[in-house]
Amino acid sequence: MNDGKATNGAAGAKKRFMYVNRKAPYGTIYALESLEVVLISAAFEQDVSLAFLDDGVYQLTKGQNTTAIGMKNFSPTFKALGDYEIKKLYVEKESLDERGLAPEDLMQITYEDEDEDYAEKPLIHIVSRSELTEILARQDVLFNF
Amino acid sequence: MDAYVLDSHSYEHDEEGYLKNLSEWNKELAVLIAVDEKIEMSDEHWEVVNFLRDYYEEYQVAPAIRVLVKAMKKTFGPEKGEQKYLYQLFPYGPAKQACKIAGLPKPTGCV
Repeated sequence: MNDGKATNGAAGAKKRFMYVNRKAPYGTIYALESLEVVLISAAFEQDVSLAFLDDGVYQLTKGQNTTAIGMKNFSPTFKALGDYEIKKLYVEKESLDERGLAPEDLMQITYEDEDEDYAEKPLIHIVSRSELTEILARQDVLFNF
Repeated sequence: MDAYVLDSHSYEHDEEGYLKNLSEWNKELAVLIAVDEKIEMSDEHWEVVNFLRDYYEEYQVAPAIRVLVKAMKKTFGPEKGEQKYLYQLFPYGPAKQACKIAGLPKPTGCV
């Protein structure tokens, strides 16, 4: 990843794009729309990360089953994010705690590092509210869903 | 509604030719869709189509071309993990054409 300062304006300069997910996966279209925008924007080769807080943390929980509500269970698609060169998913610890969730309740999402013989590395990083505030402050562009 | 017709059974598709109902797909239908795309299915074509179906089954998403190339490279090696190879098989866009033949939706992130 690139360091410190955003190089605005220069051709080919990368910007930091963060998608902030605050809503439960089903019931509204926000979560699915966010994920689709993320996949589309991956083509532009920016420095993309995702944040999950409030009810948004439910988007990453294991064992989702949508049969009864007749919606597509899109949670497996998060596991494809590594293929799209998106390697940073930040989950706010306080949001998990407030909902009685533990990191083990979340899906195991990894990417394969091509440069290290396809070693599997985790995509999900659990961060505190204050750490997430700092990460948010470093972004060039925020998308709220 | 537009549809492919095979053995007097019709399979609905959207205005671009992508199947409406993924679960209706079968190999005979794939061959028929391929004919519409002016493609004669070889073992190499099937390899890509089956690969895409497996990818969709696992991730519930049709991969963008860049992602397909990378995943093919990992599974089949560098010779097949190349845009050029895939364009030889599917001249009008590997992700689009192969996904259509595989009965999958148009790839998300196809720009």
